[in-house]
Amino acid sequence: MSEAPVQSDLRDPEARRALMSGVGAEPGSAKPDSILTVDNIVRQFGGITAVDVDHLEVQRGVITALIGPNGAGKTTFFNLITGFDRPTSARTGANWSFDGKRLDKTSASSVARAGMVRTFQLTKALNRMTVMDNMMLGASGQRGESLSVSMLRPLWRTQEREIETKAEELLARFKLLEKKDDYAGSLSGGQRKLLEMARALMSDPKMIMLDEPMAGVNPALTQSLLGHIQSLRDEGMTVLFVEHDMHVVRHISDWVVVMAEGRIVAEGKADEVMSNPAVVDAYLGAHHDTDLGDDALLQEETLEEKIQEYEAEALAEERSHDHGGSASHEGEQK
Amino acid sequence: MDTILSILNQSLREAIAPSTAAVVIAVIGLNIHFGFTGLLNMGQAGFMLIGAYGFAISIIEGLPLVVAIVVGLGGALLFALVLGIPTLKLRGDYLAIVTISAAEIVRFVGRLSALEDFTGGALGLRGSRYQGPFLDLSFLPDTSWTLSPFNYRDTFDGSGVVRGLAGLLFIGLVVAAVLLVRRFRGAPAATSGARWGRVGAVVGLSLLALLAIFFVFPITYQNNVAQGWWVRLVAWTLVGLCTLLAALLVRSPWGRLLRGIREDEDAIRSLGKNVFAIKMQALIIGGSFGALGGIVYVLPSTVQADSMGRALTFFAYTALLIGGAATIFGPVLGTVIFYGGRVLLRETANAYVPSSIMSDQQTETFSLIVVGVVLMLLVIFRPQGILGDKRELRINV
Amino acid sequence: MLDRHPAPGPSRGRWALGLLVALVLAPLGVLGLSAAPATAAVGCLAQADKTGCVSGTVGSRSDPVEGADVQLLDEGGVEIEVQTTEADGKFAFTLTEPGTYLVKLDEDTLPDGVEQIPPAAAQAGPDGTLRVEVQLGRTAVPDLEVRSEDYDASGTSKTDQLVGGAFSGLKLGLLLALASLGLSLIYGTTGLSNFAHAEQVTLGGVVAYFLVSQAEYGLNLWVGIILTTLLCAGSGLLQDVVMWKPLRRRGLGLTQLMIVTIGLSLALQYAFQYVVGGSQVKVTLQSFESYSFGPVNTNSMSLIAMGIAIVMIGLVGFVLLRTRLGQATRAVSDNPALASASGIDVDRIVRIVWTASAGLAGLSGVLYALTVSNGIRWDTGMQILLLLFAAVTLGGLGTAFGALVGSLIIGLVVELAGPLGAPGDLKYAVALGILIILLMFRPQGLLGRAGRVG
Repeated sequence: MSEAPVQSDLRDPEARRALMSGVGAEPGSAKPDSILTVDNIVRQFGGITAVDVDHLEVQRGVITALIGPNGAGKTTFFNLITGFDRPTSARTGANWSFDGKRLDKTSASSVARAGMVRTFQLTKALNRMTVMDNMMLGASGQRGESLSVSMLRPLWRTQEREIETKAEELLARFKLLEKKDDYAGSLSGGQRKLLEMARALMSDPKMIMLDEPMAGVNPALTQSLLGHIQSLRDEGMTVLFVEHDMHVVRHISDWVVVMAEGRIVAEGKADEVMSNPAVVDAYLGAHHDTDLGDDALLQEETLEEKIQEYEAEALAEERSHDHGGSASHEGEQK
Repeated sequence: MDTILSILNQSLREAIAPSTAAVVIAVIGLNIHFGFTGLLNMGQAGFMLIGAYGFAISIIEGLPLVVAIVVGLGGALLFALVLGIPTLKLRGDYLAIVTISAAEIVRFVGRLSALEDFTGGALGLRGSRYQGPFLDLSFLPDTSWTLSPFNYRDTFDGSGVVRGLAGLLFIGLVVAAVLLVRRFRGAPAATSGARWGRVGAVVGLSLLALLAIFFVFPITYQNNVAQGWWVRLVAWTLVGLCTLLAALLVRSPWGRLLRGIREDEDAIRSLGKNVFAIKMQALIIGGSFGALGGIVYVLPSTVQADSMGRALTFFAYTALLIGGAATIFGPVLGTVIFYGGRVLLRETANAYVPSSIMSDQQTETFSLIVVGVVLMLLVIFRPQGILGDKRELRINV
Repeated sequence: MLDRHPAPGPSRGRWALGLLVALVLAPLGVLGLSAAPATAAVGCLAQADKTGCVSGTVGSRSDPVEGADVQLLDEGGVEIEVQTTEADGKFAFTLTEPGTYLVKLDEDTLPDGVEQIPPAAAQAGPDGTLRVEVQLGRTAVPDLEVRSEDYDASGTSKTDQLVGGAFSGLKLGLLLALASLGLSLIYGTTGLSNFAHAEQVTLGGVVAYFLVSQAEYGLNLWVGIILTTLLCAGSGLLQDVVMWKPLRRRGLGLTQLMIVTIGLSLALQYAFQYVVGGSQVKVTLQSFESYSFGPVNTNSMSLIAMGIAIVMIGLVGFVLLRTRLGQATRAVSDNPALASASGIDVDRIVRIVWTASAGLAGLSGVLYALTVSNGIRWDTGMQILLLLFAAVTLGGLGTAFGALVGSLIIGLVVELAGPLGAPGDLKYAVALGILIILLMFRPQGLLGRAGRVG
């Protein structure tokens, strides 16, 4: 919270506009105050190159959307920078740093401890634990999580109460407080997304990375979800989130990065990037029937249709995950 | 009637045998692995065997009792490291495959004739070679005791009615204790006073149940022989201590981490926790319980590699699933029922199935087939066992 | 006799699984009925607080000595009982008093040219006896091993041993490949690590034993092998229809299913023991013409077995690569949901995979019993389970060709470990060592590939 003045500035849309207006719209452009800088990250599966990013900077204190058609490598890119996957280029110069700290040799847990916390496309709420337990797990620096201390309740009881209070505050904010003793599995898809987000906030991260926060979320909840994301930004957090359709993100993102076939093809402000020919190209492959500039798409009805489409997709994906989860997980990372 | 009583008596003796207590301790360890953390350790018998060898060989080599126990536990720690380092970053199957194999290897090594001077080879180590220091610790008088001293023979000239009533009382008390545990599970205790009150109620009911069953079936053993009361006393005291220790561990933030890892380790990793280290700690702690179980297992008998083979690990799983994985009292309840029940089944088959249909050897085999089938049925129809919570335990690790 | 299982457990199941298991075991049960007399095992059952046992085998399990006299003496050297071993080399004394006893093998009754290996110092009693400690409820197993009198520690030349080992390794590798292909295919299509797969291997040997050497009509060996393969394939089909498919429908998690396979493995093993007894049984008594190629000693059966294995593996490879069925199978392995969405009947593919896998495992079991282990025991499969898993993991879980490569490597390693100095069963430890090292450096196996998270 040392940079309070900058943050208060960024609550004002005009200030954000002004901040980003000097930034070039070419892929990999330099940002005034980059919190995350990624260089030369390549990931290949077999012979297919899933991610190949030369350079990317993410501006501190704003909402950056990472969009692109299905299969553009967004999630893989997320996995790479959060330590859940290792780049093929690990030995040939892949490196990225977060808030001045090199992260390319770090495990997923250290990435999170450095202040960059992520959520998952397929929500990883811990279904057979209570909502409260889910939240409590999010807190960092717990004494009682050390094996030797865990048996001595007096040594961690006070801290446990403090964490509990904090969790209750967050749950109240996300309107989940009355569910705190329910199993997380009994929540709706959207509530689980909220829970996952709230849990990530337990550790007071500097940057939160949301992988398709809208996937599978009841349309009624979408607005409040978007609102929550904005309020995180207004509190000074940096937000990077993945979405595969740009229309949903248009209103809330300050900056948009477009990926296609593993590469970053364009960057720019939300309302400008869509007219970029590279973006049109990228999307034509996937949604050739969609006119990208058409504002009709932003009508309520169309939005809902879109959202239902996502839901169906997310559901299908979840199913395929359940069924073939292990088969597609063979070997796993590392 | 006499046959039935004798079968029940035998079944009770098996249920309170030191070897049963030993397996309970190993199952407590397995519960930490499988029940709480979701680690598929298929080699708990290997941990037991390592503990047993470490302990027995140390004493035979002249080390003091305490050091010998430490050596046994240290062996388990090393074993856990060797198995855990390559596998804990991978899918659960790999740990299962490696542990099941490694436990077999430990058994092969133990049987190896090249190591006969050390491990006794296939014949094993005779108990009399290492029991001395342990038996010397006994403070019980050198006589034989009957438990309980006050029993049905003292009331109404050993009336069968009183005996039967006491038997019913026993069943009632056990059912009450089980219901109490299941009921407490749903609602967390508000204060620590209430929590201890609950534990007290369950333990109290269990002790009353014990008194009732020993009233019905008084049991006599020598105090200070290898198979006597002393070893039983120590073994069951250890069971109590281990249960308490496990309860403290899993009711802490550390225990919460274990359950989180069981649910989804990627999620826990994304929250900044070192999942590998925690899984390793769980593997070591559970393995140490296994090793301690192994030490207790061989105290009254011999260290023989084949007595701690793959089947024992499977028994431990069955026992755990009967009692209820991820519960505190599940391991005790499950193991006692498992061993008592197995003898009950075998002896009943022995007594009532003519040997032309099933020989004595075959009834033993038959009881093992039933164990396998019970394991399958449990996992399919009642994965939460007797005490577990269905919502928590649809073991989808 | 197997359908008399009680069905313990909750009654609220939609179908009685006990019955299902009985169905799965039905082929065995039917055969078992005809073979009951053969199981009159001389054995000793140690009962808690009642009896203790001293039992074992003269010679080794794979090479027992017939007609040897084994004496049981008390601690003072007074004879209590004498038993003469039968074809299985087994002896078993039942005792009611715990204490120290001596066991002596009468050298005069051993076949010519064979002597007893002197017992280790820790167990040696007076006059070449072995000391055993008997406890109630336990079985003591004295080692009465023998060797030929002209035994020479140096043996044949190292090179010859290695060449011989390599040949045996190739043979073992091919037979392992037959079994592990199925294990790998099942894993690939369903994600399940089937711990009961090794029992399918044993099943092959056991069924062949009943068909060829037990049945009154005593089937011709070749007919027996074919029939065994078909029966085993049938058992796989039956298993999928009555058990695995309903369980998948029920939505059981993979971990649960895995524990189910472990329970099944336990039940099957002891079911085998129930019907064939605790000792090794031979599939056929006929002897095969032996050949020597330089240092390699083999017989016609081994060569034929290797030929059959190669043909069957080739056939599986052809089906997987060149047919629509194979294409569909690979698609299901890749992504079941996608395969299902593109019109592939996933259940049908999985059923075929179970059937084929069980058939191949059964075939592997007969050939293994004929050419590697010289007979089949109730736990033969359990002993090679480690090798199967090592092979499959080595090649990459779920990749069929990985299983083949892994099997050959594991077969060679195991058979070469002996000549290179690994004593006894420790050759299996070498396989485990390789597995552990591999997991540290290339966990996805030689031919596997890593997947994505999230």
